[in-house]
Amino acid sequence: MIRNLIIGGVLSAVFVCAALISFVWTPYDHAALDIANKLKTPNALHLLGTDHFGRDILSMIMVGARTSIAVALVAVGIGMGLGVPLGLWAAARQGTWLDELIMRGNDLVFAFPSLVIAILITAIFGAGAINAIIAIGIFNIPVFARITRGAALSLWRREFILAARVAGKTAARISVEHILPNVTNLLIVQGTIQFSLGILAEAGLSYVGLGAQPPTPSWGRMLADAQTLVSIAPHMALVPGFAIILTVLGLNLMGDGLRDYLDPRLRVARV
Amino acid sequence: MNLLEITNLSLSIHALKILRDVTLSVAPGEIVAVTGESGSGKSLTALATMQLLPKGAELSGHIMLGDQDLTELTEAQLCEIRGNDIGMVFQEPMTALNPVQTIGAQVAETIRVHHRDVSRQEAEARAAETLTRVGLPQDRFPLSRYPHELSGGQRQRVVIAMAIALRPRLLIADEPTTALDVTTQAQILALLKKLAQEDGMGLLMITHDLAVVADMADRIIVMRHGEVVEQGETRSLLQNMRHPYTKMLFEASGHRVSLPEPPPPQPLLEVRNVIRDYRLPRTSLFGHPGHFRAVNDVSFTIQRGERLGLVGESGCGKSTLTRALLGLEQVQGGSITLNGAPVFSGTRPNLDVRRQMQVVFQDPFGSFNPRHRVDRLITEPFHLLPDPPRGADRTRAIDEALTAVGLTHKDASKYIHEFSGGQRQRIAIARALIIRPELILFDEAVSALDVSVRAQILDLLADLCGAYDLTYLFISHDLSVVRTVTDRVLVMKSGEIVEQGQTEDVFERPAHPYTQSLIAAAPVLPQFEQARA
Repeated sequence: MIRNLIIGGVLSAVFVCAALISFVWTPYDHAALDIANKLKTPNALHLLGTDHFGRDILSMIMVGARTSIAVALVAVGIGMGLGVPLGLWAAARQGTWLDELIMRGNDLVFAFPSLVIAILITAIFGAGAINAIIAIGIFNIPVFARITRGAALSLWRREFILAARVAGKTAARISVEHILPNVTNLLIVQGTIQFSLGILAEAGLSYVGLGAQPPTPSWGRMLADAQTLVSIAPHMALVPGFAIILTVLGLNLMGDGLRDYLDPRLRVARV
Repeated sequence: MNLLEITNLSLSIHALKILRDVTLSVAPGEIVAVTGESGSGKSLTALATMQLLPKGAELSGHIMLGDQDLTELTEAQLCEIRGNDIGMVFQEPMTALNPVQTIGAQVAETIRVHHRDVSRQEAEARAAETLTRVGLPQDRFPLSRYPHELSGGQRQRVVIAMAIALRPRLLIADEPTTALDVTTQAQILALLKKLAQEDGMGLLMITHDLAVVADMADRIIVMRHGEVVEQGETRSLLQNMRHPYTKMLFEASGHRVSLPEPPPPQPLLEVRNVIRDYRLPRTSLFGHPGHFRAVNDVSFTIQRGERLGLVGESGCGKSTLTRALLGLEQVQGGSITLNGAPVFSGTRPNLDVRRQMQVVFQDPFGSFNPRHRVDRLITEPFHLLPDPPRGADRTRAIDEALTAVGLTHKDASKYIHEFSGGQRQRIAIARALIIRPELILFDEAVSALDVSVRAQILDLLADLCGAYDLTYLFISHDLSVVRTVTDRVLVMKSGEIVEQGQTEDVFERPAHPYTQSLIAAAPVLPQFEQARA
């Protein structure tokens, strides 16, 4: 349990660090072309090799991590920022038309295949990182709204909530003071998992050319570029592929580990 | 020869000592009661007998069932014995049955697990026979019933049927009636007693309530902190209790407090013809949704300074009435006024009235937000005041409330998990007292507590009555408690108040048949002459 948390945390930290370091230093300029040194396999000068324009893949991966993390982070932020209040609101007005409206609206968003809608949004408003963020963010809203409402509903039946109502507190105030702190654990865990899904979604959109535009590197587009060259330069596909796999694996392990770690019932057992 | 013979049983879980040198025995056909407060190790004694111990448990000593030592058997051998030679009945009939299986299938299953050669029809026939024995005749309760179609007492009968289907030599019942109403409790106890006699089955009964077993058990074993402090034949044990703990338990179960005289009547809370309906789900698409009337035409008055009791069994509408009184839910008819002002005005609760009312709930564990400190928890009602005290005034109010309930100002900065159940209930009372309400509602406020702790809380209530001129409504299913802490009592059944009057009058001369049956069913400790030592 705790092992998952450590492995996941280390893997995630490696990529976050790579993204942060890329702001001040990369081995080479990620956009600098060097046709003479194209399609080099990993060597002492280019640790992860070069691509078909002779760009340093390690530098691109580092800057690409920045793109992925930024897109996923903001998308999860949108999802939490709108989904959690909606979920709290629906739970506070449980059984009323407002609850129905919010939750059926959520179902509506859930009912659409997310990637297809994301493609639609970027196709209408133009490809780019911002639109990718919005598209991914919208699909995070119902996830957080549902999870918050579900947890909040069981909390609303607890006696300390009844006590707060007897103290004359409004539903909004109870939601913020009593419900929200008690669902935070759940949200942190779900946030980690949505974060990894966000990275996958961003890679998917970039792969079809609807994410961040050149020259900003992104893992998904690196994969797409490598596609036609996979027989002569497999490292071009393997490196971004593994970057995606390891990041998502790391975040999922961390999510699982956090869930176990934050669960108060398991915490009691540990003590 | 004894059926079950436990000698020098010691148990520790992760190096924490749970049981120390427990020695007890059960003869065939004998009813032995193990009693004690929470944490005394009585349930773990039962689980150790079944060898159903949690991970990390270390056991020493012997548990002999006939001539077999259960501590030396393998898991496979134990599976043969569980259900076959030893049956077990659990406390909570709501969760001890699988909700998606019929009762017939569940009883038949316990038979087929141990006798694979028994055909399905034969197992079902035996299941039907067993269910009839426990008082669920086939014409009214066919095998095809699901648990949710039965009441709590009927479910407990199914659990008992599962336990005795194979006619075990020993039946272990862990708090079998704690979750049930008094009238149901009396029936289940009578059933267990009858089954033990008919089958010559040994019955080991675990209970926290001495009164429940006093007129049923052949022998009583009193446990505390994992040790047997006293054991003996029921009558002689109750007549000459030697250990101070047994005496304390005995006194605490029948604990009486004396209340100060109530002031002259002057109406405080008036309830007139209150009706509370719940809408039922529609049965057809365009059908009219039905109603369930939880509170039907209830009227009563609480006088200032009066201690009023409200008794009734589960489902009688007392919790619904509490919520209506607090203005948490809108009523469909009638009026509730405090000092002449309605608790619910228009579509929202009247906060001016609510600040004069506070409530103490049953569950000492669920009624506090685990993430706040005590000072923040008990000052929550300040939210009702237009100008809540701040700074030094607030600290003084916290100190005063905590001192009033027997805690200290140091406790204000602790978290709720650092307190025991009884202390938490004190904190709940402090939370109710802090804004000096006119009326406090106690909703089963002592029902989840051990008898000794309950006695202390009742004493605290009596003290507070003197110090704070409390007016309260004490809602409980426990008649002995209501009898001692109230001046007047209401008896509620199926949403209606069937009897009301001065507490002593109602208990001495109950007029309504329902009240009579309640009082008859309530377990009481026999009043033996204490032998002088």
